[in-house]
Amino acid sequence: MSVPVSWYLVLAAVLFAIGTAGALTRRNGITIFLSIELMLNSVNLTLVGFSRLLEDRTGQIVVLFVLAVAAAEAAVGLALFIALYRHRRTIDLDRVNLMRW
Amino acid sequence: MTTQTVAMLAKLGAFLGILLTTVPVMVWFERRGGALMQDRPGPNRLGPFGLLQPLADVFKFIFKEDVMPREADRGLYLLAPVLAVMPAFSTFVVIPLGPTIDIAGQSIPMMVADVDTGVLLFLSLASLGVYGLVIAGYASNNKYSLMGSIRASAQMISYELALTLSVVAVLLPVESFRLDRVVQYQIDGLWNVIPQCIGFFVFLVAAFAETNRLPFDLPEAESELVAGYHTEYSAMRFASFFMAEYAAMTVLSALGVTLYFGGWHLPGVDLAALGIWGVLIGAGVLVAKICAFLFLFVWVRWSFPRFRYDQLMAIGWKVLLPLAIVNLLWVASAGLMGWL
Amino acid sequence: MELAIFAIFAALALVSALVVVLHRDPVKSTLSLVVTLFATGVLFILLGAPFIGVLQVLVYTGAIVVLFLFVVMLLNLQREARRSEPGGRGQKVFAGLGAAAFLAFTAIALWRATGGAQTGPLAPDLVDLQSFAIELFGGYLLTFEVVGVLLLVAVIAAYIVAKRPEPASGSGGDSNPEGSR
Repeated sequence: MSVPVSWYLVLAAVLFAIGTAGALTRRNGITIFLSIELMLNSVNLTLVGFSRLLEDRTGQIVVLFVLAVAAAEAAVGLALFIALYRHRRTIDLDRVNLMRW
Repeated sequence: MTTQTVAMLAKLGAFLGILLTTVPVMVWFERRGGALMQDRPGPNRLGPFGLLQPLADVFKFIFKEDVMPREADRGLYLLAPVLAVMPAFSTFVVIPLGPTIDIAGQSIPMMVADVDTGVLLFLSLASLGVYGLVIAGYASNNKYSLMGSIRASAQMISYELALTLSVVAVLLPVESFRLDRVVQYQIDGLWNVIPQCIGFFVFLVAAFAETNRLPFDLPEAESELVAGYHTEYSAMRFASFFMAEYAAMTVLSALGVTLYFGGWHLPGVDLAALGIWGVLIGAGVLVAKICAFLFLFVWVRWSFPRFRYDQLMAIGWKVLLPLAIVNLLWVASAGLMGWL
Repeated sequence: MELAIFAIFAALALVSALVVVLHRDPVKSTLSLVVTLFATGVLFILLGAPFIGVLQVLVYTGAIVVLFLFVVMLLNLQREARRSEPGGRGQKVFAGLGAAAFLAFTAIALWRATGGAQTGPLAPDLVDLQSFAIELFGGYLLTFEVVGVLLLVAVIAAYIVAKRPEPASGSGGDSNPEGSR
């Protein structure tokens, strides 16, 4: 019995929701970043799931690009965190509020 | 189906046998061979030529007291040796042990994992090897371990690039990721080491760095960092790291042999036509070539001083990576001209 | 068989995703992300994309998350303390409800769209590596090259942003968060 693709898609939706909740709730910058990576990963899963459903390879190719963009984003984001830490001695994003009211 | 299952079990047994035999032999040869290279006797009390030394080492490791630092992160500390061993052993599944043979009408390839993404699977599982080191160093709650593990992980991911690029250059004329096609390509032409000697050099140096062997073993150097990332590990846990290192060496040697030296191919002998004997002879040839590589590993270890860390990173990024790219360009142009 | 593998790795992905989001210690969160990404890689292979699955393990777990781990250890990030700010609990509840609502919406939409029915057998054309490469370097060549340039730009940007400020210049423009960049 093969697994229906909709199960994969629902799993991806759940992972996305978990990632969103994490990105909105946590204070630690790195954990927020990890939640964002979770969200990107769930989008990849959705893309591959639809690629399987529609018998079209485009989904897989887009996943390749998403992977590359996620890598670029991770590199720059982590560099920003390093610079932030060097200046403010904290990654707690609640403390980094110079531009707030 | 039963033929396939029996064949699969036989292949699993073969590859586990090869890996698990290499480790004690390497333990013996590293100390005895290295000693002879340095004009001293080495272990010679246990058995003829000190051949029972690995047995004694195993007994020592099993019965030694298992110490765990009090402030260490317990879960991660126990997980690290497992994470170190797993990639080292699992990457062997894509190496072909012999020619594809026909048994009872079904053609059976001699790799455990007969997937289209052969070498890529190897590289992806090998890249997981970083985590064993990183977690070991972090979980030990020890400054030197942490430094050792950070250095080791930076070194490994840096040299992975050069390794992957040299592998890509080999795959370019073969037009496939599968290692049995790579071997077949070398049977039909030259062994890859001849047209791609630069690539082989890059691969060799990167392999030394990936396994943290001299001259790149600063992360575990005794005079620098006590014992680097496995300082706080004793007895069987340390033996796991040891085993993982030797298994990684064996597996990378197997990949190097398959990519550059024709794998199981014996020049002048058509092993594919010999059926099951072809497989056995091929496996023997492969093991012999792996042993030659491992001899090279030990030889280099006892001959060269180690690189300083900044020199190490400079070599990885500023020397090997450009060399690998040059090699790739050379292979691509040779392919366009029809030479390869 | 496929059901068993799916069940195991889907459960693994879910549990480790929860650990990523809920755990206090950033190192454990990062390692749980490794497990999640690996499980998702296996799910990719099940879905007939072996190249993408292997690439996910190679690139994502083997390189990107190592980078994360690196930064976490370099900055020696401690366990996150209990939230002391007032109104923090409200934010958590709101975020949880919002995520749950979004999940319900998305899951139902996806289920309705795909009908929950069985899919046909895996077309070998989908899995084939050569046709993937032909399509990638055929129609998508420009995108491929642009992504390559993007990665180069990201490397340069990361180097510049993370560089230690020069001791000679007083304010060191790189590390000023309010600087125009």
